[in-house]
Amino acid sequence: MSDQTSDEQQPTAIDRREALKAIALAAASASIADGLTPSVADAQRPVQIQRAPGAPVPPKVGPRGTVTDPDLINPKSPWPRLLSAAELVTLTALCDTIIPADDRSPSASAVGAPAYINEYVSAPYDWAERALVRVRGGLGWLEVESERRFAKRFPALTAAQRGQICDDICYLPTAKKEFQAAARFFDQIRDLTSSAFYTSDAGMKDLQYIGNVPLAKWDGPPPHVLKHLGLA
Amino acid sequence: MVQASPKSQTKYDVIVVGSGAGGGMAAYQLAVNGLKVLVLEAGRSYDPVRETPMFKLPRQAPLLGAGTKHKPFGFYDATVDGGWEVPGEPYTNAPGTDFRWWRSRMLGGRTNHWGRISLRMGEYDFKPKTRDGLGADWPMTYDDMAPYYDRTEMLIGVYGGDDNLENTPGSPPGVLQPAPAPRATELLTKKHAAPLGIPVIPAHLAIMTQRQDADVLPKKIHPNNPLAQKVLAQSMRQRAACLWATPCGWGCSVKANFQSTTVLLPPAVMTGNVDIVPDAMVRELIVDASGKATGVHYIDKTTRTDRQVSARVVVLAASACESARIMLNSKSALFPNGVGNSSGLVGKYLMDTVGAGLGGQIPALENLPPHNTDGASGMHMYVPWWQYKEQLAGKLGFARGYHIEFGGGRGMPGPGMFNGLEAQTKGAYGKRFKEEARRYYGSFMYFDGRGEMIPNEDSYCEIDPDVVDQWGIPVLRFHWKWSEHETRQAAHMQKTFAEMITAMGGKVTGTVQTDGAKAIANGGQIIHEVGTCRMGTDPKTSVLNQYGQSWDVKNLFVADGSVFVSNADKNPTLSILALAWRTCDHIMAEMQRRNI
Repeated sequence: MSDQTSDEQQPTAIDRREALKAIALAAASASIADGLTPSVADAQRPVQIQRAPGAPVPPKVGPRGTVTDPDLINPKSPWPRLLSAAELVTLTALCDTIIPADDRSPSASAVGAPAYINEYVSAPYDWAERALVRVRGGLGWLEVESERRFAKRFPALTAAQRGQICDDICYLPTAKKEFQAAARFFDQIRDLTSSAFYTSDAGMKDLQYIGNVPLAKWDGPPPHVLKHLGLA
Repeated sequence: MVQASPKSQTKYDVIVVGSGAGGGMAAYQLAVNGLKVLVLEAGRSYDPVRETPMFKLPRQAPLLGAGTKHKPFGFYDATVDGGWEVPGEPYTNAPGTDFRWWRSRMLGGRTNHWGRISLRMGEYDFKPKTRDGLGADWPMTYDDMAPYYDRTEMLIGVYGGDDNLENTPGSPPGVLQPAPAPRATELLTKKHAAPLGIPVIPAHLAIMTQRQDADVLPKKIHPNNPLAQKVLAQSMRQRAACLWATPCGWGCSVKANFQSTTVLLPPAVMTGNVDIVPDAMVRELIVDASGKATGVHYIDKTTRTDRQVSARVVVLAASACESARIMLNSKSALFPNGVGNSSGLVGKYLMDTVGAGLGGQIPALENLPPHNTDGASGMHMYVPWWQYKEQLAGKLGFARGYHIEFGGGRGMPGPGMFNGLEAQTKGAYGKRFKEEARRYYGSFMYFDGRGEMIPNEDSYCEIDPDVVDQWGIPVLRFHWKWSEHETRQAAHMQKTFAEMITAMGGKVTGTVQTDGAKAIANGGQIIHEVGTCRMGTDPKTSVLNQYGQSWDVKNLFVADGSVFVSNADKNPTLSILALAWRTCDHIMAEMQRRNI
């Protein structure tokens, strides 16, 4: 099928310029449909604010760039990153063990999962301090365990060797007592790795997420979806 | 003291404190009727057209856009300087209380991020005590309010169906916009809820599914008012219909949903009758020797200086608890317990909405063919309360109802989306994790109950004598207690959601909490706090009359959630808007009669 139907819209990664263009088009086409003069420029006009005489003129209307009033259009993640280069090497190997490349999509590190985990554990929040201890401790444990079992660092292990360790720590409810702490670490890394992976363009494409695109009209689910659910 | 008067040296007729649902509506209604209005907003100015992060992706935001204590609903949420904590503006809790007070400090207040759910209160909701003996009745009836609901819905743009169920009033033809087609998850829920006797009907949300008819609606909404018709038509022409993407909670730059900053303040300002002063934190009302309000004191936050403005009438619309705080902090020889508080009830009968939720995994939704499920971002369908008769007969063990908000589907992946996969897959990783993610994506659903709380003596706010905020203003201290009517209702929600999930062939993903006291959300967590200055027919048992007018100070009005006498399961914003409109009609009538 070459034409675009409502269940096969362009997916996910729409940049801001395209989005604004689409908004302008949507507004203009709606105006024309109603026989009204398009007035996108009018719609862009902000509410006028009066200041009391004597009050200083505010710098400009808009975000002040504080933690509770950040610039949403130009997001920043300003805090320093705390994991070392060596820790990131181990982390990268682990991320790619959790989400490796396959024929549909790349690996977790290819879309920046280690960088996200570093951002997460370095964040200026109480929960991040706890996560940093768990992640650092877990990475350290992983290297010790690799040396102990195979006399090699974790990134140098074969897939089968990595699997031997990960099988012991991949599921907390059945992990042996001596692996409980490592299992909690592994589960947190799995959550963070999958968060980074599936919010990336490649991850959204892997899941076949179709949305975040402006539509002229909303039709509801297409017939083959209703049929799949026994609702047709 | 510096007088904040406009360049033309106009004397203000009315000061409106707050610019959200109540304040925005008050500013608009008074201005289109020719009154000179000054709006004082405690937060910064805000322009949704320029500032809304339309179409942004989680990966572009810090921490993938996840919520933090600074941005509790996520990085892109429209809220400025807000959440359950506001920098420099604390509140306190009495021992044993863990009330959460959500505020925002921005033009338009919480209307910039709210859920847009716009349900009318019904006939029973205005007379709850008459019906079951609990709480208190409102001084007016549904029939008194119906015309205001009609006009408010036409003004702001609300989609919905034509259902007209028991205590769940429909709207007259031509008032609502068409409901959007249901999503697959909504149709599946409807099918499996029907045998349980649970109705699933189109929800009402303040989102435009089509453009408003700017040639017709303004004349219907404002007959015989050419100025109102002109500015409203112009404002309506600047609003686009929903483009079916990007969350409403981030704001809307095309003005397709209701925000005070896109729908009420622009036409209000177009009249030339409104001045808005942002960063103006009102601390106290000014009252003269005769007991009349003459104006307010506010702190100019940009200079930390105290200022004073005067007007014939003051309208408080600072939010339920903030308006009560201003009144309680306005002490004088005439009003030793605070302005308008001869009843001693300012701050009392604070209510929130009962909230409890449960998730489920629905195998029927696994491997669903890819399709767009974004829709209007909010729900297209919901479950209204359906057991009025059983409840009145005493069969349920709790006196008031709840509605159900639910959803799921193949939405935009966000951080933590697959956190539950460890349990679902017994620890999958590697290539199997990817396969499991593909299978499970879109198969999780949530069910949230939103129920009525009955006002009680133990839930209230008062001034904390020991603590001030960074502006030197004494802060609120909260007291909170749920009664068994609420905790049993929360347990009933859990049971119902588990039945619905099971009926759909699914499995509950969390724990069905049969102890209602554990299932129920904290007071304030649902962000529907109302009460504190309730309306009534008797000055001894209420703070305001049915028009939001103070019994004690005739030119003082309240036009926000404080005025609520009960807190039906219907989300409060639509009613705040309709009530504020009715209050404005009364203000203008009283001014014409020279009573104020």
